[in-house]
Amino acid sequence: MRRAGVAIVAAVVLVALLAPALTPNTPDFRFPDRAYAPPMPLRVVGADGRWRTPFVYPVRLADRLERRYEEDRSNPVTVTWFSRGVVAQVGDERLGPWLPLGGDGSGRDVFARLVYGARLSLAVALAATLGALLIGTLVGGAAGAAGGVADEALMRLSDFVIVLPAMYVVLSLRAALPLVLPPAQVFALVAGILALVGWPIVARGVRAIVAGERERDYAQAAIALGAGRARLLLRHLLPAARGFLAAQAALLAAAFILAEATLSYVGLGFPDPSVSWGVMLQEAANVSAMADAPWMLAPAAGIFLLVLGVNLAAPPSASR
Amino acid sequence: MLRYLATRLAFSLLLVAAVSSAALLLTLVAPGDITSEQVGSGASAQSLEAERVRLGLDRSPLEQYGAWLARAVRLDFGTSLMYGRPVAGLVAERARNTLLLALAALAAALLAGVPLGVVSGSRRGLVPSAIRAISLAAVSMPTLVSSLVLVLVAARTGWFPTGGMTSADAADARGWLEAAADVARHLILPALAIALPLAATIERLQSQATAETMGERFVAAAAARGVPPRRVLWRHVLRPSLRPVAAVFGVIFGNLLSGSFIVEVVTSWPGLGRLMFDALRSRDLYLVAGCAAAGGVFLALGALLSDAALAAIDPRLRGREEARS
Repeated sequence: MRRAGVAIVAAVVLVALLAPALTPNTPDFRFPDRAYAPPMPLRVVGADGRWRTPFVYPVRLADRLERRYEEDRSNPVTVTWFSRGVVAQVGDERLGPWLPLGGDGSGRDVFARLVYGARLSLAVALAATLGALLIGTLVGGAAGAAGGVADEALMRLSDFVIVLPAMYVVLSLRAALPLVLPPAQVFALVAGILALVGWPIVARGVRAIVAGERERDYAQAAIALGAGRARLLLRHLLPAARGFLAAQAALLAAAFILAEATLSYVGLGFPDPSVSWGVMLQEAANVSAMADAPWMLAPAAGIFLLVLGVNLAAPPSASR
Repeated sequence: MLRYLATRLAFSLLLVAAVSSAALLLTLVAPGDITSEQVGSGASAQSLEAERVRLGLDRSPLEQYGAWLARAVRLDFGTSLMYGRPVAGLVAERARNTLLLALAALAAALLAGVPLGVVSGSRRGLVPSAIRAISLAAVSMPTLVSSLVLVLVAARTGWFPTGGMTSADAADARGWLEAAADVARHLILPALAIALPLAATIERLQSQATAETMGERFVAAAAARGVPPRRVLWRHVLRPSLRPVAAVFGVIFGNLLSGSFIVEVVTSWPGLGRLMFDALRSRDLYLVAGCAAAGGVFLALGALLSDAALAAIDPRLRGREEARS
């Protein structure tokens, strides 16, 4: 189970890293006549029921007003593998592009947007996770090593932040800043805000571990040998929290990806030209369009897969 | 007991005051104000400035905060700049909707999660494995995902409405029974979207707690006395194993609030989350503070419920002030 979870997460990360090698299309190119075009699945069984090399049926716009598309079953297009630096693409684009997961409202390739969007979503979650781990470890380590009033105060503070409904805090902080910003600043802001909301759980766990380990013989021996506070903390106590930190990192990253998606969905995340899963989901807010083109929910499937992987790899109950 | 209640009440008030003050101050120092949206709508700079003076937005943030605080302690929470209605009434109305949604979701999640958890935690076999698999899938479905998927299902099948709280053709002529039925139909989707992952979380907690309680000596003693297994499970094991679920009630309430925000946005449920979001976006100062205060009340209520549930389940905790784990 654990391995399966790690494998799922690794696969999602790999897809994000390899995005340019997975599709010849760019996430922001608007293909003419491909608005809400249906997915074009890879097929191996031809119209005559015989097996053949993997191919796709080209799609043709049949009715512009109704946005009706037709599969051209008489002209299967063979898929070529590992050429021009891309894993799979149609060899012949004269009959239109290959949109494996269909097109969005502007005729952009949903598959390309999904794999490129994963990059931004994962990157922002990763940055926020590192930030939260850093703050949490510092605060928790300091509280656990210092003890006394400082410990009490820091833990009360983190208790307070934990009690608050995280999404509202994120929302309020984000809304308090200028609403329209360039993507680079949005990235820094969102990552920073998420880190600010995410650190207390890390701090509490690290504090408990550090405070417990401090009483152990090896720590006492280190103190007896003249180890200073900083050395004791960094060299002896924090390494004991490694396992906890790894599990927390996975849980936080999943939560942060979701938070980014939520923020972008309500229009407080990344602006449109940048592609993230949340930006993509924004288009799904249009219920009638979404009902006709369910493939717009592809990023939701991505989020589900990632959270599933994290839940398998780091069960929330085990790390509590 | 009385002293305990008094301290709890004081803490709750402090929480509400802190949360609403923080929200107001944050909105005060945020760039732009309620008049910003009218920039470029043809209104002249002078008229905008006059409007700001009229609303008192030209004063320093600290001054505005002081004025708000002075009125708030007299329970006057100001008027919404956006809706032109008293904040208290507006927030109360929306908070009622969110409470309805949250309680419906919580009830559904408890009714599904606890029994399923008892079953999956007490035995092995096909059914428990199936429960565990489904619950793993559901727990991996955050409310953003679950609500979008349910909206898709609703839009394609027409089984229930895709959004809103009442039908557009809800005429006043109909009786309250039909009106309630209409709201109930609209409640299905958002409540289910929140309840699905929540039920899975509860199922997992309950499953683990049941398995642990099964190993207790009083369970073995009951079995040795010849009490039938079914009775042992539902009479002897269930009650003590409810503790972990009851203990996380406070956290669950916070999560419920957090999770209901996006559900309210996705399904256009007129609740507190949407109101706060709209207020934040248009810099409707007093409304933001009012919503935050209502959120604080929710949290305090959740903590109280959690304590009450713990005390009800485990008599050993009664009278102990440090009941909160």
